[in-house]
Amino acid sequence: MPVLEVKNIKKSFGKTKVLKDVSFSLEKGQVLVIIGSSGSGKTTLLRCLNFLETPDEGQILVNSKTLFTPGQKYTDEQIRENRLHFGLVFQNFNLFPQYNVLQNVLLAPTLLKKGTPEQLQQQGKDLLERVGLSDKLESYPYQLSGGQQQRVAIARALAMQPEVLCFDEPTSALDPELTGEVLRVIKGLKSADSTMVVVTHEMEFARSVADVVIYMADGVIEEMGTPEQVFDNPQSEKTKAFLHGAQSF
Amino acid sequence: MSFMEVTAFLWEGFQISLLIFAVTLICGVPLGLPIAFCSMSKFKPLKALSKIIVWIVRGVPLMLQIFIIYYVPGLLFQKPLFSQVDRYFFINYGVADAGRITAVLIAFTINYACYFSEIYRGGIESISKGQYEAGYVLGLTKGQIFYKIVLKQVIQRIVPPMSNEIITLIKDTALANCIVVCEIIKQANELAATKALVWPLFYTGVFYLLFVGLLTIVLGRAEKKLSYFRS
Repeated sequence: MPVLEVKNIKKSFGKTKVLKDVSFSLEKGQVLVIIGSSGSGKTTLLRCLNFLETPDEGQILVNSKTLFTPGQKYTDEQIRENRLHFGLVFQNFNLFPQYNVLQNVLLAPTLLKKGTPEQLQQQGKDLLERVGLSDKLESYPYQLSGGQQQRVAIARALAMQPEVLCFDEPTSALDPELTGEVLRVIKGLKSADSTMVVVTHEMEFARSVADVVIYMADGVIEEMGTPEQVFDNPQSEKTKAFLHGAQSF
Repeated sequence: MSFMEVTAFLWEGFQISLLIFAVTLICGVPLGLPIAFCSMSKFKPLKALSKIIVWIVRGVPLMLQIFIIYYVPGLLFQKPLFSQVDRYFFINYGVADAGRITAVLIAFTINYACYFSEIYRGGIESISKGQYEAGYVLGLTKGQIFYKIVLKQVIQRIVPPMSNEIITLIKDTALANCIVVCEIIKQANELAATKALVWPLFYTGVFYLLFVGLLTIVLGRAEKKLSYFRS
């Protein structure tokens, strides 16, 4: 049974059709990597999953429960509950500057009463250990490097225990020497019960972490398959041209 | 008149300056918030109304606003509306018989609330969309996002411009003397007119300077206290 089902999602901004009929499903524990050039709709797709954008058409289901179907009016409260199924790690981190590292991780679980303060405190520290930041609990975001900030953001998203964790180009805003530490952390999260959707331009990383790869172009899924299928034996001409462009310089 | 007598006489006036200062801050700082929210409202008529009010209040001299608030009720109702309020609250402040102090307090509060509202609006709008989105994807409510995430960043950003306004405010209180409220400069003028003493007029500057010095220290501390993070 798939954890996530996306059916026929369409989204336009004014006259620009950004997503034209996107469908896919994801099993529990799978990592889906979405590649594609800028403007192909990858980010919009993630934002639809996190209800930061509302699709014009289509359905979103998590564990067979329909979270979104068009035409229906959703209250703020319903949208908020829907969002809890997903986590999102942003390109530019969006940490809360006035809180230190541990407070950033604990803020949402504490406000939404996900456990006793002691439990949450322990869980927060464990998460930060997992992303290699045990020695930075008291630091403020401005005192950290970009890579460290992004790892805090990952721990912060994990603290809400989302069923599907999404990454929107998590290393695009980082200096090249800092991308490795973030990608290693993401790769380290891969396990039997962590379902992830990763939008990235890092092809080597995509190949090594993905169970399923989607290549998006002009708002449609141009090609979908295992990393071997998409990277080594692409069928579509557009995919070939994109992969060729990504490799040659 | 001895130096001490002049000082005491001026101090009486400066207490009224401080009263105007304190009431304007206590009422104007919170009143600025709803005005700011109305200016940012998605409901067009409310937004337009609040923009027009802010335009008028910022576009007309404060002295004129004091005249309007003081004289217009009298012209409309044939008697000063605020005299009861003055007698009730400000009987100890000299000419508390015609609603003068109350009129000044209302004019100052409205005027400064509008200026504050624009500072608040600027501060709130300067917070990046990403901060809200980070809150949304964590499942927080709009209220939680505003109070727990946005507010402190806004406060950090508005402390310097608010400090400026607050320092301007204490000096603006001198405008109250246009409707014969006995603030410090009015008192000094009194001495010039009745005792031919001009120097107390200049001496009033010392009162302002000392108070502004104190404000600078207090506001500087607030700014420093909030500088532990960078946004």
